[in-house]
Amino acid sequence: MTPQKRSHHRLKRAVAPYLYLSPSLLIIGLLMLLPMVTVIAYSFQNSAVLRRDPSFAGLKHYQAIFADPVFWASLWHTLYFTCMSVVFHMTIGMVFALMLNSDRINPTLRNILRVLYILPWLFTAVIIAVIWRLLLEPNGVVNSILMQMGIIGSKVEWFSSPETALHAVTFANIWAGYPLFMVSLLAGLQGIPKDFYEAADIDGAKAYQKLIFITIPQLMPIIISISLLDFIWTMQVFPLIWITTGGGPIYSTEVLSTYTYKLAFSSYNLSQASASAVVILLISLGLTLFYIRYQKAR
Amino acid sequence: MTFRIRPAMLKMAAAAWLLGATGAMADTTLEFTQWWEPELPAGSLRKIMDEFEAANPGIKVTLVSGPYATTRDQISVGAATGTLSDVVGLDGAWVNNLNAQNALADMNRMMDASGFDKSQVADIIKVDGKAVMFPVASFVYPVFVNMDLAAKAGVSKLPSTRAEFLEAAKKMTHADKNQYGWVLPLSLQTPSGVQNDMMSWVWASGQSMMANGKPDLEGKPVVDMLSFVKSLNDAGTISPGIATKTEQEKVEEFVNDRVGMMIDSLAHVNLIRKRNPKLNFDLIPVPVVENYNGKRGLPYASWGIGISAGSKHQEEAWKLVQFLMSEKVNAKLVSLANAFPGNVNAKPDFVTSDKAFAKAFEIFKTGYLANEFTGLPVAEDLMTQFDVEAQKMLAGEQSPEQAAANAQKGWMAKF
Repeated sequence: MTPQKRSHHRLKRAVAPYLYLSPSLLIIGLLMLLPMVTVIAYSFQNSAVLRRDPSFAGLKHYQAIFADPVFWASLWHTLYFTCMSVVFHMTIGMVFALMLNSDRINPTLRNILRVLYILPWLFTAVIIAVIWRLLLEPNGVVNSILMQMGIIGSKVEWFSSPETALHAVTFANIWAGYPLFMVSLLAGLQGIPKDFYEAADIDGAKAYQKLIFITIPQLMPIIISISLLDFIWTMQVFPLIWITTGGGPIYSTEVLSTYTYKLAFSSYNLSQASASAVVILLISLGLTLFYIRYQKAR
Repeated sequence: MTFRIRPAMLKMAAAAWLLGATGAMADTTLEFTQWWEPELPAGSLRKIMDEFEAANPGIKVTLVSGPYATTRDQISVGAATGTLSDVVGLDGAWVNNLNAQNALADMNRMMDASGFDKSQVADIIKVDGKAVMFPVASFVYPVFVNMDLAAKAGVSKLPSTRAEFLEAAKKMTHADKNQYGWVLPLSLQTPSGVQNDMMSWVWASGQSMMANGKPDLEGKPVVDMLSFVKSLNDAGTISPGIATKTEQEKVEEFVNDRVGMMIDSLAHVNLIRKRNPKLNFDLIPVPVVENYNGKRGLPYASWGIGISAGSKHQEEAWKLVQFLMSEKVNAKLVSLANAFPGNVNAKPDFVTSDKAFAKAFEIFKTGYLANEFTGLPVAEDLMTQFDVEAQKMLAGEQSPEQAAANAQKGWMAKF
C-alpha cells in the first residue's frame, strides 16, 4: 500500500464513526440543541418572538424574575413538590416491591396486587388530574368518607384552600408516580442472590437486619439512579398541577412550570418566560450532570 | 448563418404566453384562520365560503381551522413572523397585543372607500383610533335560574337587583343538601370568571372598571361589586371550591341541580338541555344596583374578525369581511352558532323558534354589549391578577378595598 493510499485509508477510518453518528447528531441538533439555543437567545432579547426586530436586553429578564416573589415561591413549591414526591415514591415503591417479592403472600393474590399496584402508571396525567379533582372536591368521596369516620367535621376544599392545595397535588403526584420505583425495585429484588439471605439466616439475622444490611445496599444503585431521574422528571411536572389547581389558589401551588407557562401564554412575556425556562434548564442540567457522573462512577 | 423560427418554437412560445396570461388572471386565494369551523356544524362554514366565492368570482378562500387555543398561538406567532393569514378570526382579548405588533390593518380606510354603512354593525373594536375588529357573532352571558329550585325555596319573583339576588341566593342555599344559590368559577387555569362572573355585575349597572382609558379598580363600581361578591360568600351562598372551579364545572353543577343561579354563556343552552332534559330553567339579565333604571350592559364573548396588515389582498379580504357582516349572511352564521348577530339588522332564526333564545334576544335588544377587557393589553394576565386578589379577599386575607387597590397597582404596571 502506498503512503498516499495509507493516509487516505486512515482518514476514512477516522471519519467513518462520525458519518455513522451524523443522522442522530443531526436529529439531536435540530430537535434539541436548536430550540434550546433559541430559548436561551430569547431570554436576552426584548419582546422576543413578538417583534421582528427584538433588541438586546442583557440580563434584564433574569433580574426581573429574580426580583419577583412569585418566582421564589414557585421555586420553593417546586422543591417541596419534588422532594416529597421522590421520597414517597421511593418508600411506597419499596414497600410494594417487597410485598410483591415476598413468598409469604399467596401467588394468586400477589398477581392481583401486581396489577392493582401498577394501575396508576397506566393513566395519563390528565386522567389522574380529573380522578383526583373528583375525589377531592368539597362534595367528593374523600370528604364524605372522612366525615363519616369523624376525622373531619366539615367539608375540606382540598384543592381550593391555600393551606391544603400544595399537599393535595403532591399527594396526587405521589399516587401517580410510585409504580416506576416499584417495578424497578422489584426487578432489583429478584436479582439479589438467595445465598445472601441463606447466609444471613444461618447467622441468625432478623428480617429488619436483612433489609438494612442486604436488601437496601444491593438495591442502592437502582434507588439512586431512579431517584435522580424521578427528581428531574417531577421538577418539570406541568399538566397535573395545571389541571387540578392552575397554580392557585392565590399562588399556593405555583411551580416553576406553571409560572413559566403563565408568563408565556397569559402575559405574552416570552422573553421573561424564556429566562425562567433557562433557570429550569440549569437546575435540570445540574441534576443530569450529577446523574451522569454517578453512572460513570459505577 | 440564418436563424429560422420553426413552427414548433412558435407553438411553444404561444403556449408559454397563454400560461402566463392565465397565471395573471388566476384567482386570488385568501387564507382565513379561525377557530369557528370546528365549533359549527360540519361543512357549514365552508358552505358560506362557497357562497362568497360564487358571489365574488376570482376570489377563493382557504379555511385554516383549529381549536381556540391553537388558533390563538398560531395567530400570535403569525403576527410576529409576518405570516398572518389575510383574514383572521379574533378574540377581543388579543387585539391590543396584535395591534402593538402592527399586525392588524386599519379597516377605517376600507370602510370609507367602500361606503360601508357603519350603523349596521353592533360594534367596531378600535385600538389607538384604528378599527381592527368587528364582532361577527356574540355570545352573551345572562343569568340562568333553576326554576324548580327557586320555586322550592319560595323565590316567587326572579331577582332584578343585587339585594334581591342575595336574598334569592340565601333562600336557595341548603349546604347540607349540597345545594347553593350561586356559583363562582375563579380557577387560575382559565381566569375568564373575572370577566364573566364578576365584572359583569359592574357592566350590568351601566358602570365601568375604567376611567379615561386607565383602570379604575379602586372606584366605587368595582369596590361595590367586590363587597357584593364577598357578602354572597360570607352568607355561604356560593358553591365551595371557588378558587379552582372552571367554567365547565360551573355548568355541570347547574345541570345537576346543585346551584340555583349562574351567569353563563347563552351558547351553553343546548348543552344544558342535552345534559339534563328535565331541567326547568329561565334566563334573566344580570341584576343591577339599587335604583338603577338605565340600559343594562350585557357581558359577551365574541367571534371577531380582522384583516392582516401584511396581507397582499386587503381589498379582497375586506370583501370577505363585508360579506360575513352583511345582514343575511350574518343571520345565517349566527343561527348556526346559536349566537347573537354582529349586524344589528340580522335576526337569527332560533329567536322565533326557541323560547329561551327569544327571551335572551329580548335581553340583548334592550341592553348593550359590554366587555371592557376587549382591546386591553394582556387581557388574560389582567384577569389573572384580579383573580388572585379576589381569591385573597374571599380567603379573608384582605378587604374588598385592599383587593381593589392591589389589583389596580398590578394593572397599572401593565398599562
